[in-house]
Amino acid sequence: MDSTVWEYAPAPESRDIANLRASYRMFVDGQFVDGTGEPLKTINPATGEVLAEVSTASTADVDRAVKAARRAYDRVWGKMPGAERAKYLFRIARMIAERARELAVLESLDNGKPIRESRDVDVPTASAHFFYHAGWADKLGYAGYGPDPKPLGVAGQVIPWNFPLLMASWKIAPALACGNTVVLKPAETTPLTALVLAEICQQADLPPGVVNILPGAGDVGAALVNHPDLNKVAFTGSTEVGKQIQRDLAGTGRKLTLELGGKAANVVFEDAPLDQAVEGIVNGIFFNQGHVCCAGSRLLVAESAADELLAKLRARITTLRVGDPLDKNTDVGAINSAAQLARITSLVAAGDDEGAERWTSPCPLPDKGFFFAPTVFSNVSQAMRIAREEIFGPVLSVLTFRTPDEAVAKANNTPYGLSAGVWTEKGSRILAMASRLRAGVVWANTFNRFDPAAPFGGYQESGFGREGGRAGLEAYLDV
Amino acid sequence: MSDTRVTVAKTYKLYIGGAFPRSESGRSYPVSDSRGAFLANAAQASRKDARDAVVAARKAFGGWSGATAYNRGQVLYRVAEMLEGRREQFAVEVAASEGVAPRRAQSLVDAAIDRWVWYAGWTDKLAAVLGAANPVAGPYFSFSMPEPTGVVVVLAPQTSSLLGLVSVVAPVLAGGNTCVVVSGQSRPLPAITLSEVLATSDVPGGVVNMLTGRTAELAPWLAAHGDVNAIDLGGAPASQLVDLERAAAGTVKRVLRAPATEPDWLRVPDIARLRAFLETKTVWHPMGV
Repeated sequence: MDSTVWEYAPAPESRDIANLRASYRMFVDGQFVDGTGEPLKTINPATGEVLAEVSTASTADVDRAVKAARRAYDRVWGKMPGAERAKYLFRIARMIAERARELAVLESLDNGKPIRESRDVDVPTASAHFFYHAGWADKLGYAGYGPDPKPLGVAGQVIPWNFPLLMASWKIAPALACGNTVVLKPAETTPLTALVLAEICQQADLPPGVVNILPGAGDVGAALVNHPDLNKVAFTGSTEVGKQIQRDLAGTGRKLTLELGGKAANVVFEDAPLDQAVEGIVNGIFFNQGHVCCAGSRLLVAESAADELLAKLRARITTLRVGDPLDKNTDVGAINSAAQLARITSLVAAGDDEGAERWTSPCPLPDKGFFFAPTVFSNVSQAMRIAREEIFGPVLSVLTFRTPDEAVAKANNTPYGLSAGVWTEKGSRILAMASRLRAGVVWANTFNRFDPAAPFGGYQESGFGREGGRAGLEAYLDV
Repeated sequence: MSDTRVTVAKTYKLYIGGAFPRSESGRSYPVSDSRGAFLANAAQASRKDARDAVVAARKAFGGWSGATAYNRGQVLYRVAEMLEGRREQFAVEVAASEGVAPRRAQSLVDAAIDRWVWYAGWTDKLAAVLGAANPVAGPYFSFSMPEPTGVVVVLAPQTSSLLGLVSVVAPVLAGGNTCVVVSGQSRPLPAITLSEVLATSDVPGGVVNMLTGRTAELAPWLAAHGDVNAIDLGGAPASQLVDLERAAAGTVKRVLRAPATEPDWLRVPDIARLRAFLETKTVWHPMGV
């Protein structure tokens, strides 16, 4: 009995479950076809090995896909009764659930996120998103946009790599429920689960052309969002690219929704339940390796509670297990790409240079793949880059405050406005803070909760438009 | 009184932060009636005036957005009351500005008054109509509510000098936003007289800031301004529309695009203009004992 700590035994999920294939093709007009773009190789960020070769779209392919979507809209989907559209979406929801294990393992392989998260969050929420929106398809007249709101037409959608299947579902489900057809571009580094979703659409007998999926890099995304025959563009990704898309679409009259970056403040008052707050802070910044636009990346803690909270926080973070995404015991998986790892590393170096105090979890890291140990900066001031810029990695910046007014002023001192957190036992304070924080989502005594019934989206430079709930339908209706 | 009495002519100035300053630039421009006869000189606002107006609007945002919806409704209703009291004056000004017959001018003014009443009644219904209790799949109470977008720039219609102006400003205020308005360029006088109404209607200073001058000169600065959250391009010159929308993208502003032609403002509005300048905020809290 020389140790009171029980070591975890490895508990890896089998990668065979992913049904990984050597090559994947794009999905246009109901068929898997070879793209005429330069094929890409998608890698497992936890090991660096190539997972599969994926064909990508050229500009001509984008045009073909938009034409297919237009035909499907004009001839089939746009005039199909909502009750019939609904049944396709219900089918897709069910089939995602049926293939949940396969999708979860494939997602973890391609993205690097822990299997615990892909299994418990990404995949079930993706299925739930289709199920929720299926129900809306024949009830749109009750949504508050007039008695018979019409679809827009063809939607071009570009999604990021942090929640590949879930973001595809957030985009496709409401678009289809409202009667639109879509051309979706998954992220360059994580195309696989979207292509399995395409297979599900095929198996669900979704009419050809209603959903088209075009893998590729940013140039394919740019060609798509600028295609003249789109009626709607939806983008989730960086604020920089979002601004470019808004600029490009100026004067086109095309409806646009943007879900962009964030730098959320997670505000902890001195009366907060500290142990719960620690769990919430950890979930807020280390969920999905911090690759979350609404991550609680700025911890604002009451000065009087800061020392105690930081001690507890460091102790808790030390227990986080960083490593094999397929291991069911893993808390923090792999950084999605070498490029993202380089960005995190350079921002952390900026934190060092600007004089913040860095603490890094002593956890062991795998010797291959892209990994970054959970990191906490204290003594951060508002002018530092690590307090202003979105790091999109497992790096927390800690600032302190003395009064609620100061907390609000610091929390709102950002061009972003996607999410915020509040931790306090005082109900009146929660409600007052929730109304003063300029952010689209406020989590009180919790963090990073998502549900298809709850609208999600930002204020200010975090974008416009909502996803989920009744409010989310507006993005895909001609209202 | 002898009928040779000389009338006291009004000096038309800007309305910024609750005060009526001249343009800091010292510039003014002549305003004529529809037949070309001189009516008055209006202040020609500058870039600096526009920036001052944004500062005033930002300063007023906390108070106005934080006021109760009931209070905002009462204030907007008060505007209708004040306007009703100056009904004849506005009819004369609208007739002169727009060149319409007196009866037509009167009906436009009446519609403008009624529009304030319509929007006054919306302030405390918006959350019920646009908000929601979200039935999430977990032990959480989740609700969503509309909140004002922030500081809104309104490029007011160029044709309809009062009814059009009221139709675009009232929904911005009803949602709890503050605004910087650039009045119609060649028909600015009813806008300034409306500012006098606002100033005496318990609308806090800075909630509405009225600029007169050249829309094409002011709009680019306002579209690119970092402390503006949204812009209504309704009254923008067609030649600038693309550039203004591009400039607005620099800070991801909400853009209400201009319709191809100015709408018929006498039509009963819907809530689209309210929705255009509202955000949805979703709040979550765990449930448990």
